[in-house]
Amino acid sequence: MTVEEPARGSARRSRGENILIRRSPESNVFVHVTDLPTRRARHILATPYANADPSTIMDRTIRIASGQGFWGDRLDAPVEQVRRGPIDYLMLDYLAEVTMSILQKQRSRDPAQGYARDFVPLMGEILPDCVEKNIRVLANAGGVNLPACRDAVLDAARKAGLHGKVRVGVVYGDDIMDRLEDLLARGHELRNMDTGRPLTDVLDRVQSANAYIGARPMVEALQRGATVVITGRSTDTALTYAPMIHAFGWAPDDYDRLAAGVVAGHINECGAQATGGNCLLDWQSIPDLDDVGFPIIEAAPDGTFVVTKHDGTGGRVSIGTVTEQLVYEMGDPREYITPDVVADFTTIRLEQVGPDRVRVHGVKGRPPTDKLKVSISYSAGYKAVGTLVYAWPDAVEKAMAADRILRSRLERLGLRFDEIRTEFVGWNATHGPLAGPPPADAPEVQLRVAVRAADRAPVERFTREIAPLILTGPPSVTGFAGGRPKVEEVVAFWPALIDRSEIEPMLRVEVSEA
Amino acid sequence: MPKLPLLRLAHARSGDKGDTVNVGVIAIRPEDYPLLVERLTVEAVKEHFRGLVHGPVERFELPNLHALNFLLHNALGGGGTLSLMTDAQGKTFSSAMLRMEIDVPDEVYRRVTGEG
Repeated sequence: MTVEEPARGSARRSRGENILIRRSPESNVFVHVTDLPTRRARHILATPYANADPSTIMDRTIRIASGQGFWGDRLDAPVEQVRRGPIDYLMLDYLAEVTMSILQKQRSRDPAQGYARDFVPLMGEILPDCVEKNIRVLANAGGVNLPACRDAVLDAARKAGLHGKVRVGVVYGDDIMDRLEDLLARGHELRNMDTGRPLTDVLDRVQSANAYIGARPMVEALQRGATVVITGRSTDTALTYAPMIHAFGWAPDDYDRLAAGVVAGHINECGAQATGGNCLLDWQSIPDLDDVGFPIIEAAPDGTFVVTKHDGTGGRVSIGTVTEQLVYEMGDPREYITPDVVADFTTIRLEQVGPDRVRVHGVKGRPPTDKLKVSISYSAGYKAVGTLVYAWPDAVEKAMAADRILRSRLERLGLRFDEIRTEFVGWNATHGPLAGPPPADAPEVQLRVAVRAADRAPVERFTREIAPLILTGPPSVTGFAGGRPKVEEVVAFWPALIDRSEIEPMLRVEVSEA
Repeated sequence: MPKLPLLRLAHARSGDKGDTVNVGVIAIRPEDYPLLVERLTVEAVKEHFRGLVHGPVERFELPNLHALNFLLHNALGGGGTLSLMTDAQGKTFSSAMLRMEIDVPDEVYRRVTGEG
C-alpha cells in the first residue's frame, strides 16, 4: 500500500486531525499493518487490539445466531432465536446494495429517519431477554442516520425498563457522501468496478456513498461493553465474525481463523437460506418451513464451527443446504475479499456430525487488500411495469397480439425508451429462450411489459396505455384490479474501490448507556 | 451415450452481482463430481445459455464441496434496479442451468435411473 500522507491536501489533513483529537482515549482506530511507515499509523497500531484483557477471552464455543437475512425478512425470526434456545450473539443484516439510497431519501424527507425502522420495535421486544441471558446484538441497522437509530434504541430500552442495563455502541465513518468532492479532487476517481467509468460521470446524481467497513470497530464496541452494536454499511459477514474476534482474541493477522469467520458470516447473512429455505435439493422433503429455524453458528476458538439451528424448529441443516448457501453470490471462490481477510472458499470442508449439525473446518485465508469496497447509489431514470392476464383459448397468442398493439401505440405516440422488455409469465419470464416454444394450449398467461427511460414523461405515459388494452385489444383479458402501474425512480448501484487509508483513520466508536 | 438432465445429477443455487449471475452447481452424489467437471465446460454452459447470457462465462472448481461455480456475464439486462427482468436477481438461473442435457456413461445412467 502506498502511503499518501505527505501528498495529501491541507483540507483533508486538518479534518483528519480534528477527528483524532476528538477521539476518546480508549477508542481504537484500525489500520492495515502495511500502513506502518507513517508516524500516525505507528501510534495507532500501538493502541491495543481487541481483547487486550486476557481474562475476557473465551475458551468455550460461542453461539452466534442469524436473525434477519435482509430488511423485510420474517419479523419474528430474531425473537425466536433469542427465546427458543441458548445463543450468545444475534446478528441482523438489514442492508441490500441499494437500501442506503432508500434510507437517504427517507432522511431527506424527515431528519429523524434514515435507518432500518423495524429494528427499534424489535429491540424493545427482545432487549429484556438479551439483558437477562447476556445476549449481544450486532446490526447494520443504522443506515445513514446512526445517531437517530441509537437514540431510538436507547429510548426503546428505557421504555422496556432497562435503565442503566443496556449499552449501545455505534460505529461511525462509513458514510463518505459528504467527502466525495474532496476525494475526487484529490485524485480518487471511484471508477465503477463493472464498467470502468469514473464517478464524475454521475456525480450530480449520487444519492448515497458508503464504504464497507470491517469487524475491528465492532470488536471495539463489544470490548467497551456494548449490548447492541449498530453500524451503517458494514460488511455483512463481519456482523458474525466480530463476536469471534472479540470472544477469542484472534489477532489481526490470524488469517485462517478470520477466514473461517467469514465463511460463518456468509452462512449466517442470508437467514434461513442456509437452513432449508430456497433449497433446491429435495425441497419437497424439508419439514415445517412455516417454523423454519434460522442458522446458528457454534464457533470454537480454533476457527472451526458447527452450523445448526434451535431444537424443535423446522427446516434442515445438511451438507446440501449449507453448500447451496456457500455458493450463493459467489465470485472467484479463491478470493472472497473482506476488509479483514481474503478467504479461500475452495478450502472449506464440511461434515455432517449430527442431525441438523454440519461441522465446517479447514478454511484458509490470506492478508486483505489495501482497498475497501465502496457502495454508491445514483439516480438513473425511471421505469414501470404493466401486466395483464389472458385466458384460454389461445392465451399466449392473445398476449403476444396485445404486446404488438401496445408497442405500436408507444411508437405512434413518439415515446422514446432506453429499453422495452416483454415477458410472458407462464412461459418465458424466468428461463427466457431456454423455455422453448410457447406451451401448447396454455390455460392462461400473464403479459408483462416493462419500460425504462431517462425522463419521467414517457414512462408516465406508458402507464396509461395498459388499461385501454382491455377494451381495445384481444379478448378474455383481466387482471387489472391493481390500477395503473406506478412509475418508479431507478436508483442504480455503483460499486467502487477506495484506499483503506482514506476510511479507517476516520472510523470512530461511541458507546452510550440507556 | 445416454443423456440425463443435469437436474438428476446436481442441485444448484444462483445469485447476482451487478449484471453478472453466479450459478453454483453441486453434485448430488460426490462420485458424480468428476463427470460434472468433464461435461460442464465453459463452452457447453455458454452454448446452453445462448439467448439468455450475452457475455463471457467463467468457471471455478470447488472439489471439496463437489461444486462448480459459474459466472455468467451480461445476463441481467443491466442488473440490479436497472434491470426490467422479472428475475432481475438471477435467482432462477440455477434451475435454468439444471435443464442442461448431459451425456453420461451407461453405468451412471443405470445408477441414477435404476433402469437397464
